[in-house]
Amino acid sequence: MELLLDSLFNGVAIGSVLLVAALGLAIVFGLMGVINLAHGELMMLGAYTTYVTQLIFKLPILKPYYNSYIIVSIFFAFIVSGVVGILLEKTIIRKLYGSPLETLLATWGVSLILQQFVRSVPLAYGTGLVISLIIGLFLPTTFPSKVKESINFKYYKFSSWIFAALTGVLTGGVISSSISKLSRASARNVDVTAPAWMRGQVEIIGTAFPKTRLMIIVITLISVIAITLFLNQSAWGMRIRAVTQNRQMSDCLGISTEKVDIITFGIGSGLAGVAGVAVSLLGSVGPNVGGNYIVGCFMVVVLGGVGNLLGTVLASFGIGIMTDLIGAGRLLSIWPDMPLPLSNIINFFATTSMARVMIFALIVIFLQFKPTGLFPQKGRMVEN
Amino acid sequence: MRISRRILAGLATASLAVTATSCGGGGTSGSFDDTVTVGILHSLSGTMAISESTLVDTEKMAIEEINASGGVTVGGKSYKIEYIVEDGASDWPTFAEKSKKLIDQDGVPVVFGGWTSASRKAMLPVYESKDAFLYYPIQYEAQECSNNIFYTGATPNQQSEPATDFMYKRSPAAGGDFFLVGSDYVFPRTSNTITKAQVKQLGGKVVGEDYLPLGNTEVAPIISKIKKALPEGGIIINTLNGDQNVAFFKQIQDAGITPSSGYYVMNYSIAEEEISTIGPEFLEGHYGAWNYMMSIDTPASKKFAKNFKKRWGADRVVADPQESAYNMVYLWKQAVEDAGTFDDNAVREALVGQTFDAPQGPVEVMPNHHLSQTVRIGEINAEGGFTILEETGVVLPQAWNQKHPSSKGFACDWTDPSKGEKYKL
Repeated sequence: MELLLDSLFNGVAIGSVLLVAALGLAIVFGLMGVINLAHGELMMLGAYTTYVTQLIFKLPILKPYYNSYIIVSIFFAFIVSGVVGILLEKTIIRKLYGSPLETLLATWGVSLILQQFVRSVPLAYGTGLVISLIIGLFLPTTFPSKVKESINFKYYKFSSWIFAALTGVLTGGVISSSISKLSRASARNVDVTAPAWMRGQVEIIGTAFPKTRLMIIVITLISVIAITLFLNQSAWGMRIRAVTQNRQMSDCLGISTEKVDIITFGIGSGLAGVAGVAVSLLGSVGPNVGGNYIVGCFMVVVLGGVGNLLGTVLASFGIGIMTDLIGAGRLLSIWPDMPLPLSNIINFFATTSMARVMIFALIVIFLQFKPTGLFPQKGRMVEN
Repeated sequence: MRISRRILAGLATASLAVTATSCGGGGTSGSFDDTVTVGILHSLSGTMAISESTLVDTEKMAIEEINASGGVTVGGKSYKIEYIVEDGASDWPTFAEKSKKLIDQDGVPVVFGGWTSASRKAMLPVYESKDAFLYYPIQYEAQECSNNIFYTGATPNQQSEPATDFMYKRSPAAGGDFFLVGSDYVFPRTSNTITKAQVKQLGGKVVGEDYLPLGNTEVAPIISKIKKALPEGGIIINTLNGDQNVAFFKQIQDAGITPSSGYYVMNYSIAEEEISTIGPEFLEGHYGAWNYMMSIDTPASKKFAKNFKKRWGADRVVADPQESAYNMVYLWKQAVEDAGTFDDNAVREALVGQTFDAPQGPVEVMPNHHLSQTVRIGEINAEGGFTILEETGVVLPQAWNQKHPSSKGFACDWTDPSKGEKYKL
């Protein structure tokens, strides 16, 4: 029983990291069909946001609230990655809808740019830039409609960008002067330390579980529930689903597909940011952190069936449990007296690197029989 | 007409001189008779840049020190050392390509370079075919002995073997079982083969072994295996690389695998630089084994650390790889002065037997192109350094490991033409 619980927990823990990382991609790639190779770098931005938030909460004014920085950073990370994603969509990806190869190349380029950006720009000014982007993108939308309809709206927009740029430079300067760690560019990996209440273990039915893993499972659960509710219950969710199913018809019926694209891409990117918070709890934060996850993300989305959230959920937990079963050699502890040749085979695959090989092999075999994944999407769009 | 031609020629020479000096970055100053240009080849971009750039800094510092004390004296002439820094870009074929460029195009007499074994393996054929000379400063898995490479880092018997011995006999977990964790590439696998053979000799038991693919940070299966194999605590030998250490130590601490519950990790890839990245709070109470540790309390060690901080910033640290890089520049200088020429073959012969009072203590170049060095075992402390627990005497290098099944009974000696790269003892 204890063994089963331990194994199940480990599987779920590994799976939830995969799931939270793949969730954003499931939306961007699954619903919009955009192969976004910069997804990992959006995660990286989320992880760096956590790091910056952590340092900001170490300032004397915010010190009493230090323990809650990780919760705050989830929101920050969502906004930062979301805004960068929106900018990406507005400037690059929008022009490339329907040409997957070009999108792939362009987003690969973006991922390299983002990696070099965090290497060579001091994080304080990076933060300033992101803040000015947020203000520049959102300030014009808050103007009263009277202003928006006026002929001078362009000037208002322009001046709000100037205001945004000034605020960005100012915050960058303030952060850089108050937190010395952020004032210099560094290619060195940085470290997010979980607050004291999240470290150590908690005992459930006689088995000890690491708290950070539980936290990641909770983050994942909340993200999945929130995104499911949003897609199925809200008006914008309905529009997104409509555009996914039939873009031209939705356009004819008066849905602004342009807006839908921005919102979908923004949410997918924002979720990548949330995933960044989760992975920053497990390892270090560096320019390459996203690249470590991107293959796993695509694997999960493809295995689950493109465009299906339930498939993504099942696929990631499936892979998680399989990784633990094979990698930790669980079958041997369940059935200790198994015949020698069989136990030798299991022992051979019972290392993390061999388990990965085995899982990829299994996925390849599975896709031979079900090329469209666990839950293929049905409908007119797919047939086209 | 004649005059203008002369002026032209004069202008041309002047501009040539300007180009020459601007290339070299300084040119000959009054006190030197000539200059010699050496090659420095490390990754300045890509994943290895963080580690390798510290070596470039150290080598530059060593060269500046030598220049400040009069440069290299060859045949009564004093030479100022200048350098060309090339970027290996964390890409192994690039290392080979840039080596060719340094040797053929720039004609440097020596190249200081490399970090990963993969980069060294890529460069090796270049140096052998051109009969040039590479100085390589990193602790590595050995099982190699080239006439064209000079290795100043530790071989396994100068790092992992004394460390395993310490863990099994004198650590708080003495007599306990071993679990081996490493990244999945050549150094951890070779090192662990040696450790397994040694543990068997000592009468201990290796109860598990796991390798994490490079770039993967999912250590949950490894943790459950450690807990299953070592339920009451034990010895963990860690050869993980770079960032994977962060994931490993963060997660084992959360899973209750800590010194206070009887688990002690011995690390072969964690030096002062890495401790500050991972965070001493995760590493306190675990161990490391190196030839040089910043906390060595000798004037030479303190001077080395002080000079480095003075040159590159007060927050910088020095660690074992940097010390090796520092030593090799000085050893090359000594060998050149003894040989009386920059010619590869003469320098190579003069190199064997050179001694140097290094920051770690005295080192000597052995006939197998490796260094005899002192080994130290340290416990990682809360300040991010090592508390040195043990210090061996000078340990001779084994290019061919005597515990590894494939190289037992072999040695390397380049001073005797009949022995060479690999001969039977």
